[in-house]
Amino acid sequence: MKALLQAARLDISESVRARWFTLYALVFGGLIAVLFIFGLTESRVMGFTGLSRMLMTFIQLTMAILPIFVLLSTVRSLVGDREAGVYEYMLSFPISLSGWFWGRFAGRFLVVFLPVFAAMLISLLAGLFMGAEEIPWRDFLWYSALLFSLSLCFLGISFFISALARTSDIAQSLAFVTWLALLMFLDLILIGLLIQFQTPPEIVVGLALANPLEVFRIGAMMLFDPQLILLGTAAYIILDLFGNAGFMAYAILYPLTLGLALAGIGYWVFKRTDLP
Amino acid sequence: MIELKNLVKSFRRTRVLDGLTLTIADGDRIALIGSNGAGKTTMIRCILGEYVHDGKVLIDGLSPRTHRTEVLKRIAFVPQMPPPLRMPVGELVDFAARVHGSDVARIRDVAQRMGLDIDEVRRRPFLKLSGGQKQKLLIAIAMGHDADIYIFDEPTANLDPAARQIVFDLLAERLDKTMIISSHRLEEVAMLVNRVIEMDRGRVVLDDRVEESVDPSVRLDALITLRRPDEAFAKAITEWGFVSTDDGLSWRGEVAGPDRLRFLGMLARYSGIIRDLELKERAIARTEGERGVVANA
Repeated sequence: MKALLQAARLDISESVRARWFTLYALVFGGLIAVLFIFGLTESRVMGFTGLSRMLMTFIQLTMAILPIFVLLSTVRSLVGDREAGVYEYMLSFPISLSGWFWGRFAGRFLVVFLPVFAAMLISLLAGLFMGAEEIPWRDFLWYSALLFSLSLCFLGISFFISALARTSDIAQSLAFVTWLALLMFLDLILIGLLIQFQTPPEIVVGLALANPLEVFRIGAMMLFDPQLILLGTAAYIILDLFGNAGFMAYAILYPLTLGLALAGIGYWVFKRTDLP
Repeated sequence: MIELKNLVKSFRRTRVLDGLTLTIADGDRIALIGSNGAGKTTMIRCILGEYVHDGKVLIDGLSPRTHRTEVLKRIAFVPQMPPPLRMPVGELVDFAARVHGSDVARIRDVAQRMGLDIDEVRRRPFLKLSGGQKQKLLIAIAMGHDADIYIFDEPTANLDPAARQIVFDLLAERLDKTMIISSHRLEEVAMLVNRVIEMDRGRVVLDDRVEESVDPSVRLDALITLRRPDEAFAKAITEWGFVSTDDGLSWRGEVAGPDRLRFLGMLARYSGIIRDLELKERAIARTEGERGVVANA
């Protein structure tokens, strides 16, 4: 436990000084600022007004930005550290490999999740300060849980890729291809499967529900559209299969489990291969 | 005792360690020499438990891979290339002291002896230090805890002669410990060691004992007289801390005992203009206590 805390502290210290973190924090902070400046809190679209609408927009944008940011920055820094000799030196200290790996994972998770969470929280507090009539605390908590799960999932994928790839070029390429594949399986390929290959809808929906990005997207959608009208006919299968509460539980637990499982495999590989 | 038994390490199709078998007894101070690609760093990384390999690496019967913390607690390591850490110097020192169970003050004292004031650079990112400062800090961290085995990969590569002398002094205070000092050039470390191992293409090609006749803490008073002042010589000798009182015709200074071969190597380049050379040994007390006695006397 002591080793884990020390490694976590070290990773946080390294990350907050890295350029990618400055950019990352600026992007999410800037996003909130832009949404405020452009008056999204005042707008009324599809019946959603004020802070709820702003949160919804923020979460949709986050879905587009967070995964690729987490993937690229994490694999780049982890594999880059290994290439540059950081592992050679730091792992010559008497610290357990599990403490080192999971400590870095925990530290990196805080660094990735907290700026996004803080941006959301600050927006609500700013809304409160500006005299908003209703603060959507319930939405905020659900979105926070979904973001927690999504961040951990992509961090798990990143640690898995970093354990497999020996050079940062390969790691970054793998990370990008993974993100692209998940993005393509949101709609494009699924529609193609349905139309071109007459794949049974259950399989197509199954593929969609295996994609953590899609799961996050449907979960976020369900919070403002409980009947999933925006999703179309696939909503019938999902709601029949899970129900509302069941799907929200799935939307949080599945990416969480997937991320931890992939990080676990990453650790298994890390322990059994060359460290530097 | 460190035992390497039939150690084989390959990277893709390149066999870097080729059935290496070696026993390093307690108290052996080894100069590990060999050209680039000879396998020195790979061997060191295997001893540190950082590489998976065929064959066995045992440190007092324990594998550094499966008994990491027990083994690494007893090892002090300085890498060839300082890692590009962004964390402030203070955090690195605190981390090292915590995991080694040692004291920050000890690390600070060792750094101070090498001319590095940790308090002054405490908030500065490690990455932003000069090459020499980084090396001094890594050596201070390594020397700042009680290790049984010192593994230094090219330890003095970025250091000036004065700092090198301090490193030799620090090592001289620990002559009862096991040391593996890797270097491209034997003359860099010859005076510190009692055994020389030369590697080539992953194998030991020379394993020889060295006569321990030189005290590593010895200093030499040197006086060099030239036939005529020379600008290039002045530049080179000033880097060794020498001074001239007669417009560059004669130079006076001090050379660390273990540095004498290196010093003579440098002088050899200017042999045509050297008229006279005088080197006189001056013994220096090793420990702090002894140093105090000498000072009082």
